[in-house]
Amino acid sequence: MTLEINNLVVEYRTPDGVVHALNGMDLQLEKGMTLGLVGETGAGKTTTALSILRLVPNPPGVIADGNIKLNGEEILKKSERQMDEIRGKVVSMIFQDPMTSLNPVLTVEDQIAEVIERHEDVSYKESYKKAREMLEMVGIPGSRGSDYPHQFSGGMKQRAVIAIALACNPELLIADEPTTALDVTIQAQVLEMMKSLREKNKMSMLMITHDLGIVAEICDTVSVIYAGRVVEHGTLKDVFDNTRHPYTEGLFNSLPNLTNRKAKLKPIKGLMPDPIHLPAGCSFHPRCNYATEICAKERPEKVFRTERHFTECHLYNEENIIKGGVIKR
Amino acid sequence: MNEHLLLEVNGLKKYFQTKRGMLHAVDDVSFTIERGKTLGIVGESGCGKSTLGRAILRLLEPTAGQVFFEGEDIAKLSKEQMRRKRKEMQIIFQDPFSSLNPRKTISETIAEPLRLNGIINDRKKRMEKVLETMEIVGLAERLINTYPHELDGGRRQRIGIARALAPGPKFIVCDEPVSALDVSIQAQILNLMKELQESLGLTYMFITHDLSVVNHFSDDIAVMYLGRIIEKASSEELFTNPLHPYTKALLSAIPVPNIHMKMERILLKGEVSSPIEPPDMCRFAVRCNHCMEKCKASEPPLTEASRGHFVSCYLNRQE
Repeated sequence: MTLEINNLVVEYRTPDGVVHALNGMDLQLEKGMTLGLVGETGAGKTTTALSILRLVPNPPGVIADGNIKLNGEEILKKSERQMDEIRGKVVSMIFQDPMTSLNPVLTVEDQIAEVIERHEDVSYKESYKKAREMLEMVGIPGSRGSDYPHQFSGGMKQRAVIAIALACNPELLIADEPTTALDVTIQAQVLEMMKSLREKNKMSMLMITHDLGIVAEICDTVSVIYAGRVVEHGTLKDVFDNTRHPYTEGLFNSLPNLTNRKAKLKPIKGLMPDPIHLPAGCSFHPRCNYATEICAKERPEKVFRTERHFTECHLYNEENIIKGGVIKR
Repeated sequence: MNEHLLLEVNGLKKYFQTKRGMLHAVDDVSFTIERGKTLGIVGESGCGKSTLGRAILRLLEPTAGQVFFEGEDIAKLSKEQMRRKRKEMQIIFQDPFSSLNPRKTISETIAEPLRLNGIINDRKKRMEKVLETMEIVGLAERLINTYPHELDGGRRQRIGIARALAPGPKFIVCDEPVSALDVSIQAQILNLMKELQESLGLTYMFITHDLSVVNHFSDDIAVMYLGRIIEKASSEELFTNPLHPYTKALLSAIPVPNIHMKMERILLKGEVSSPIEPPDMCRFAVRCNHCMEKCKASEPPLTEASRGHFVSCYLNRQE
C-alpha cells in the first residue's frame, strides 16, 4: 500500500472561529492505482492533499489528529529536512491553477531543472538536458524550454507543471483539479497524456476533482467527500452503479444527462454547511431528502456493502446495503 | 420581418486593433433567435463568444454589421436611445465574485438599474420591486442589506440574475452563468433560469464552454471557432449528427460520468491558431484530421447541409 490516511483532523484556527476542514478523513490508495477524490468547494479536497505533503499553512492550519502513512512510514513524524527529500521526489503535486503555479521570472526549463538538481546527483548541464527531455515527454518541443511561462498557452503551462511534477519519477502524484482551468479539447489531450505517463512510470495517483466524468475516465477507486469526511468509497463500479449515499446520488442527479436532454435536473437542496458551525450528527442531514431524527443526533458509522465499498449513512444496515434500492437515481 | 423573431444578427464583426495587427474577435457572424427560445453559443477560450454577447448589447461597439431587435436595428441607435433599449436587453455575467459592486448591498445592486433607467422613480415602490424580484430568484428577504462578500457563489449569481430581471427584459445574454459554481448549485441555478424563462417568456442567448450544460439548456446551438460560427443546428441534431470535424472532436472530448459509455475520442492536434489577421482559409484547417487542399485555398462558407443544419466545411458539400 502506498498511501494510508486514518482519522485525519485538520483545523484552521482563525479569529472568526475554528474552521473544521477535515473531520476524520480516511483514505487508502494502493500501489499503481488511481484514487479519485470527489467533492465540492470546501469539502476538504485540497486540505487533504496539502496534509500529505505537510504543506498546510501553519498558522492558522493545525493537523490536530490522525496519521498519514506513506509506504508504512508516518509522515507526520518526519522532520522538515526529511520532508524536503519526500516532496518532489517521492510525492509530487500538480496544483490547480497552472497560470499562477509557475514562477514568471524563471524560464520553464529553469523550473524543471531546479527539481532535478535538488533531488538527483547530476551536474548542472545534465539537469538541463533532462529538463528538455521532460518537456518532450509532455509534448512540448525541448527548444521551448528557454521560454518564460507567459509565452506558453494555458494547456502548455499545465503540461510544464506536469513535467516539473514528474521530473524525479515520483511514486505518488497528487493532481489537484489539473484540468479545471483548461478547455475541453485541451483537457482531453492532458488527460490522455497523464494516463500514458502513469502507466509508463507505474505511479500511484490521487486525482482531486469535482467532475464525475473525469473520475469515470481515469480513476480505479473513488472517495466521495463531504464536510471533511469520506461519505462513500468504493471501486468505480461500486460508486457509479451501486450508489448508496444520498449525497453521491445528489451529485449524479445534478448533472445534465447527455442522452436525455429533456430530463429535469434534480439539484441537492440548500448549500454547503459553514465549516465553522458544522451541523451535529451527519453533516449532510440538513440537505438530505431521507434524513430522519437520528441523523441530526449521531454521526453515522461505516456500513460495508463489500469489503471495499462502504458508506456512512443511517439509512443502511448490514442487510439493506447489499440489496440497495433505499435511494432512487 | 418575421413576428416570431426577437433577435436577428447580420454580418456582425468586432475587431480590435492590437500592436501586431487587427484581431478578428468576431468575424462576420449571423443568426436569429425566436421569441421564448434559447440559443446556445459554444466554443473554447478565445473563440469570441463573450465578445459576441457584448457586441450584441453594444457593451462593445460592433465594427460592422446589423443587430435587429424586434425589427429595429439597434446598431444604429444613439447612445441615449441604446441606454433606454437596454432595459429590454440584459446580461448575466460569468463571475459572481467580480461582477457585483462590493460596496453596495443586495438591494442597492438590484435597485440600481431601476433607478438609473427611471423605470421606478418612487423609492418605496422601487423597494417593493426589489423584494418581489428577490423572491422570484429565491433570495430570502433577510438578506436585503447584506454585502456580496457575505454570500456564497450560488446566492451571488442569484443577485446577478435578479439585477438582470428587475428592469423587465425580453432578452438576456447569459455569459457562462454557472461556470464558477459547484455542480449541486449549478443545477439549482439552471433550474431557476429555466423556470423564469417559462413563466416570464424570456429569450436567452446562453454562452458557455460546457457542452453538457448547453445541450440541456438550449433549443439551438451555434459552435464558434476563431470568431466564426462553424456549425449551427438544433441541440438534438447537433448532438446526434455533428458534421464539422471540430464539433465532432469537441463532443467526443466531454468526460461522461458513466462507466459503461466509452466514447471513441478524437484527439485534436495542437492548439487554436492566432485570431490576428487570419488568412483566407478554413480557420480550423491546421488542427483538422481531414484537411484537404481546398481547405487551405479558401474559407468554406456556412451552408445548409440539411434542413436547419448549417455547417462551414468542404467535407460536407455535395458538389
